[in-house]
Amino acid sequence: MRLNTADERETFQHVWVVAEVLSGRVQSVTHELIGAARALADLRRCDVWVIVLGSGLAGQTDSLIACGCDTVVVVDDPALATFNDEAAARTLVQLIAKYRPEIVLCGATTCGRALIPRVAVLAECGLTADCTGLAIDPDNGDLLQTRPAFGGNILATIRSSHHRPQLATVRPRVMKALDPDPRRLGRVIREPLTPDPSDALKRVIEVFHSTETAVNLGDARFIIAGGRGLKGAAGFDLLRQLATRVGGAVGASRAAVDAGWIPYAYQVGQTGQTVQSTVYMACGISGQIQHLVGMQSCDLIIALDKDCDTPMMQIADIAIVGDLFEIVPELIRQIPEP
Amino acid sequence: MRIVVCIKQVPATHDASIDPETKRIVREGVKAILNPFDTYAVEEGVLLRERLGGEVVVLSMGPPKAEAVLREAVSQGADRAVLLSHRAFGGSDTWATSYALACAIRTLGGADLVICGKQAVDGDTAQVGPGIAAHLGWPQATHVMQIRSANPGSIVAVRMHEDGYDVCELSLPVVITVVKDINQPRIPTLRSSLASRKINIPVWTPDMIAADTARIGLDGSPTRVVKTEPPPPRQNASCRIEGPPAVCAAALVRELRIRNLV
Repeated sequence: MRLNTADERETFQHVWVVAEVLSGRVQSVTHELIGAARALADLRRCDVWVIVLGSGLAGQTDSLIACGCDTVVVVDDPALATFNDEAAARTLVQLIAKYRPEIVLCGATTCGRALIPRVAVLAECGLTADCTGLAIDPDNGDLLQTRPAFGGNILATIRSSHHRPQLATVRPRVMKALDPDPRRLGRVIREPLTPDPSDALKRVIEVFHSTETAVNLGDARFIIAGGRGLKGAAGFDLLRQLATRVGGAVGASRAAVDAGWIPYAYQVGQTGQTVQSTVYMACGISGQIQHLVGMQSCDLIIALDKDCDTPMMQIADIAIVGDLFEIVPELIRQIPEP
Repeated sequence: MRIVVCIKQVPATHDASIDPETKRIVREGVKAILNPFDTYAVEEGVLLRERLGGEVVVLSMGPPKAEAVLREAVSQGADRAVLLSHRAFGGSDTWATSYALACAIRTLGGADLVICGKQAVDGDTAQVGPGIAAHLGWPQATHVMQIRSANPGSIVAVRMHEDGYDVCELSLPVVITVVKDINQPRIPTLRSSLASRKINIPVWTPDMIAADTARIGLDGSPTRVVKTEPPPPRQNASCRIEGPPAVCAAALVRELRIRNLV
């Protein structure tokens, strides 16, 4: 909400993390965000709270406390068994009004990015998406939020001085989880879900979880991506084998997706997903700008191509000149099974 | 059925080049285009109108030159267009932008369905679609990859998730945001292109949409950009590996081992 006086700031306290819950399980991005929240909370001399919205959540609060959380708020209701933007947003807005947090962090996942903008509007506060850096302004305690814009070409620092709480989303694998300490103590608060007549307006009638977790590019540490140079769908089988060896996921350029070699869910780039993995290995991808903006923030970029003059080979940290159909099988042979 | 499609003019990246020093994209002097995700939103609106009747209204907020993307959407099949343009809208963040768009949708007399692209490729926030839904108090479905069925009272939408998809039935009115997979946008015909050039596009100002001036523009925006800077250059020294396949593979495996990655 909008602050009317500077003193009103002090009535907002503690750093919150909204847990990412898929199929009733708290996801690892939550622990990463607790790590980031802990650092901010120590600077602000306050507590870390985690808000868990879902169904069938029993037994999952201990690991949150062990990773640095002081208070867990659990809203466990069958209506939250599937992702319900409206009920989740309404509940968060109610909790924000009741407990008045200073900062709220949420994973920049498909659910988080649907939920938090709704919360920001309803609670009348500022929101910054996809933050890669979070700091506290030593002068006034504001949250300084750094995020890439224009496909990673600009780093913008954003603040929200006149509104509380300050909302930010962070992509998976950007922040680091703390080592769990099972002796840490914390408390658990249970809150009810308040039903609303508007709940009847939307109903999830079918849920499909891919058994192939490889599509989860946002979460992947190692991405092996293929493009036109793979020459066909069979080329991706080769990349999948390599991905299995390194514990990674397979990605694709738009050209490979448009050719029908692999589904759209795998597409990296401007009209696909933006990824920030530790390693991005591009096999037979020339590196059009639209692709580069989707992966240029990865830590280590490896390119494999016959042609050493492509943009991808130019920006790569490690450029391998050669035939991917010869080199990838060699890699599979030389890297031991995990 | 009234379908409102919200679109944005963004800088084109496809004619940009890479700076050899910083390895970053040079954005100066690039052209402005219709946000790529929005072309799928327009097409989906037109497809639904063809099935269910009614009209498709395209709505954009931006400087006067943003009119160009509205004409492009009309050439793609939209029936009419409205531009929100006034100095007072300038500097709006996603909160204020979604507020202004919601006010404009109310001024249009409401809608049965609002369609947005998943996100704009310049800001990359994906916040305006859900923001509009919240301002209007409507349900939402984001990352929609298919509209399985639609009738005048409800739609069944398939939402893409990291680990699969879900299907939800929504009572109208509703806001959806769409991904590229949802359709294949049509190529405008010569006739529709000519017609789009002649169409009159009204320009609406804050008072025409009954917007609270305290909630639009820079003053109405909870967030403030305090600094922009180029990202730090890539730290890694580039290296090139050449030679027989087994040697190349061994060299890469060594590089990965050094970094503890295999």
